[in-house]
Amino acid sequence: MSRTVDRTRTSLWLRSVAASAMTLAVALAGCESTPGAPGPGAATHAEATKIIDSSFSAHGQAGLDRLQQDALQKACSSPTPPSADTVKALEAAEAAKIVPPPDGRYLGDWRAGENLAQNGRGMTWSDKAEAPNGGNCYNCHQLSDKEISFGTLGPSLHHYGKGRGIEDPTSPQAMAIIRYTWGKLYDAKAGNACSIMPRFGAAHILTTKQMQDIMALLLDPNSPVNQ
Amino acid sequence: MKRWILAAVAVMASHAALAESSSDAIAQYRAMLADGNPAELWEAKGQALWKEPRGPRHASLERCDLGQGPGVVKGAFVRLPRWFDDTRRVQDLESRLLTCMQDLQGFDAAAIAKTPFGKGEQSTIENLVAWVASESQGMAFDLPQSHAAEKKMYEVGRDAFFFRAGPYDFACASCHGQEGKRIRLQDLPDLTTRKGAGDAFGAWPAYRVSSGQLWSMQRRLNDCYRQQRFPYPGYVSDVTIALGVYLGVNARGVDSVAPGLKR
Repeated sequence: MSRTVDRTRTSLWLRSVAASAMTLAVALAGCESTPGAPGPGAATHAEATKIIDSSFSAHGQAGLDRLQQDALQKACSSPTPPSADTVKALEAAEAAKIVPPPDGRYLGDWRAGENLAQNGRGMTWSDKAEAPNGGNCYNCHQLSDKEISFGTLGPSLHHYGKGRGIEDPTSPQAMAIIRYTWGKLYDAKAGNACSIMPRFGAAHILTTKQMQDIMALLLDPNSPVNQ
Repeated sequence: MKRWILAAVAVMASHAALAESSSDAIAQYRAMLADGNPAELWEAKGQALWKEPRGPRHASLERCDLGQGPGVVKGAFVRLPRWFDDTRRVQDLESRLLTCMQDLQGFDAAAIAKTPFGKGEQSTIENLVAWVASESQGMAFDLPQSHAAEKKMYEVGRDAFFFRAGPYDFACASCHGQEGKRIRLQDLPDLTTRKGAGDAFGAWPAYRVSSGQLWSMQRRLNDCYRQQRFPYPGYVSDVTIALGVYLGVNARGVDSVAPGLKR
């Protein structure tokens, strides 16, 4: 038996395991949402929602409206991921929210981008509502290898542009990566529904200018990220 | 905070592989500090406050029932939150201390719940939790789950743990649902596991080197929710108690080291 056949069989087997797991997940999700017959999961969830609603109060810029989940937050609030169909629908809805920079300029100033990446402030009840938000990047990602204090919740972004062969980010060849990166920053959920990365553009956390600066940090060959 | 970072960086600089060894270096730095945990100062004050006649009724807390019978402090910390027949509520340590301060000493529990952390009677509670926790040091967490309300609060706590909301879409699970991750240099315990929940739940209240303050579990949860970009969780509100049940039950069997020493 050749190796190719082996591999094909393994991959078919894996696919069938994945398919049964998916069927099971759909079936389980179906159980919980059967009208008139809520399982213990649904009852607990209703109770938890009531308890959450009654436990918080508005403070500073953090109003009670922040507890109102959108469809994506609701679907991603479980230790088990939503069904494949739900994921597909959620990702399509998020992709539709992505707006390219109105001036057509994707890249700003990487120095401003580095400052934003370092800045973890913004949108807590103790932050001033009118103060600009930080990008929080180093909280979860490695970027410049000069910064040793970086988080690991997200993948390392050191050599982000260099590793993708970006020598001239203004060249037409770079456009696909540029658009992809803009989309990831604008709404990470468009490519991964339950990603833990905030929707920096879609949720109005960062301004267009701020996102352009972070884009430059990631893609400009002179940025510390690509050294 | 800055001072701490500088110290941590100095410790780390002595290591060859910076990124890999950062957690080790911080653990080493903590071990150095742990020789004398300043939380002992809070413990000593808490022990004195427990016996001191205070409040409008000029009474002590010596008859306070923390779940193991009136006046029994040893072992109480590792069995909270739990159901209490008299209040008909699942209560955590701080909620129960409030009940005792109101019923025995005549304090206004609602007024204390509204007092900012570290001020007025809130600082009394900080001292008390440090002492009560220290009396269970080395004992394994063993939260009761026999009452229906205790079971329900565990389920609610789990639901709250995974509840994503706010402008950043964060849940507790966003940062505390995976093993071996960190924010900046801060290790993040996976609170869904016995070890992670034990390390975290079993270390608060803790003395925080960065602020020079002793933080109770309520204060810790409050700051988690702030960083989640959520609105303000009420002091000893049901969501905080449910999370306490979820973490405490997950930590079953792990020895308590509280009061701990934290960044």
